[in-house]
Amino acid sequence: MKLNKILKNAFLIIVASLVLSACAVSKKSGQMQGDVYTGKDTVEYLASGVPDRVFFATNESVLTTASRETLRKQAAWLRKNSKITVVLEGHADERGTREYNLALGERRANAAKDYLMTYGISSDRISVLSYGKERPVDSGSNPLAWSKNRRSVTVKAN
Amino acid sequence: MKRILFIFLFMILPFKALALIEVDITRGNLNPLPIAVSPLSIDENSKKSFEKIIKKKNIGEEISKVVEKNLKTSGLFNPLNKDAFLQSPDIANLKPRFEDWNLIKAQALITGKVNLVDEKLRVEFRLWDVLAGKEMMALAFTTVPNNWRRVGHIITDKVYERLTGEKGYFDTRIIYVAEEGPKTKRIKKLAIMDQDGENNKFLTLGNELVLTPRFNPTSQMVTYLSYFRNLPRVYLLDIETGMQEVVGDFPGMTFAPRFSPDGKKIIMSFAKDGNSDIYTMDLENRVVEKITNHPSIDTSPSYSPDGKYICFNSDRSGYQQIYIMKSDGTGVKRISFGKGLYGTPVWSPRGDLIAFTKLHKGKFYIGVMRTDGSGERLLTENFYQEAPSWSPNGRVLIFYRETETDNQGKGFSAKLWSIDLTGYNERLVDTPTDASDPSWSSLLSN
Repeated sequence: MKLNKILKNAFLIIVASLVLSACAVSKKSGQMQGDVYTGKDTVEYLASGVPDRVFFATNESVLTTASRETLRKQAAWLRKNSKITVVLEGHADERGTREYNLALGERRANAAKDYLMTYGISSDRISVLSYGKERPVDSGSNPLAWSKNRRSVTVKAN
Repeated sequence: MKRILFIFLFMILPFKALALIEVDITRGNLNPLPIAVSPLSIDENSKKSFEKIIKKKNIGEEISKVVEKNLKTSGLFNPLNKDAFLQSPDIANLKPRFEDWNLIKAQALITGKVNLVDEKLRVEFRLWDVLAGKEMMALAFTTVPNNWRRVGHIITDKVYERLTGEKGYFDTRIIYVAEEGPKTKRIKKLAIMDQDGENNKFLTLGNELVLTPRFNPTSQMVTYLSYFRNLPRVYLLDIETGMQEVVGDFPGMTFAPRFSPDGKKIIMSFAKDGNSDIYTMDLENRVVEKITNHPSIDTSPSYSPDGKYICFNSDRSGYQQIYIMKSDGTGVKRISFGKGLYGTPVWSPRGDLIAFTKLHKGKFYIGVMRTDGSGERLLTENFYQEAPSWSPNGRVLIFYRETETDNQGKGFSAKLWSIDLTGYNERLVDTPTDASDPSWSSLLSN
């Protein structure tokens, strides 16, 4: 029983510190440029130094300078690993109608696809899947959460 | 799922010529008509037989409760408390003592009788004008006992039509998306229920994401978007048989489907290479036609009730706006010019209005405008709401609303709401789970 209690307390402390650090992070405004997310919170890596996602401004599908840099890293990685195929999953934030957001997600993923193709990746290796606003990574209702959700994520398909 | 139902309907007596009570539904009704719904009378033998079949103690009382709830929900009627009724149901149905009903301020009275005849449920009902002391309508139905709720809805439709001069919308169903689970991993299923929230059924298991179901206006077919095998495509589902099939053979995502008013075509968006255009597919000969051809996003198409025009959503001006065009895609004209973004246009079944979702300064609105874009009227404002669907008589809109979450992302919910075209009578529509993307069926019987 006692051990259990100690563990429980330890767990609570860990949770509390996580919550606190999350708060501290979200208060920094340095995580967005305009309304494009520039932080690392949700980013995963396809390989060391190859981020899996790029972010967009509200209602936009234009690639930012940072996005293009990320995609060039992805293209280099894909060239090195020529057997790998990928799905580009396009997403929108929750502040739009469902049907328009499906189209917007598709447009965003295609913007990323076009860029990968200009860096020599064959379209046969890239498929596109829009989730619209159906799969947010951050369930918050605030500008920072929305900025994390406006994204195109490159996912290994094989 | 088999639900082919036969309802025989006939008039007992010819209509009385005088137009008596009338309910005005064109303005917000702040003084709903006081109406007494007397429990339908029933003899002891029939009562016992029905109890065995439908597991309800008194079917007459149950049907009158269905009618009462419908009338109250419409916002146009105020059903009076049954405790105040002085006359017993059987006697009231023969000949009401109008003074008694007048005393409790009833202006209209519904009475009726239920029998079991050859294993069938026979219901007769009468609508009375209390002040004039006259019968306004008398009808009888025969159907299978399990149909008893529908009898309540049909009675409401007849009463509504007699008193407002417009068709009702109570013998109808709603198809929608039932939602569960955290916002980041929502599980979604197709679900269907009666307009009053009863007889809820799930039509899919939740294994794949499903969105935007819409009824065929002429049959019990539904079109919707499914992510089956991670390929988002428009599907067709027969809710009687459970049969489903992909609509067309498109090399990419198809979405935003709706039926044409004659039920013979599906209109939808097809997205390819970052561009969404509007297409139709004829369900008989499978012929696919491209309706719009523009590098912008064209989506959320909806036909006018005569099938001659289509309204749709496009960002060809730079932002989401509402456009109309002829059904062959010619004569495209922007109709939304107010401040903000506009989406989800849906043509009213009466033909004169287009309902829409509007985003302005961080708030979402459900509104209506005339088909030339004039007369914009916003009915309701909220943190997030969208996707209006018209009741078959064009008097009520059903839509869904999502709540704002807190800093931890908690407190999310999605619910169905309805509101009158007048902007009054906003109501939460009860569903067993969270819900979104509602679509209202046509009247099941006429």
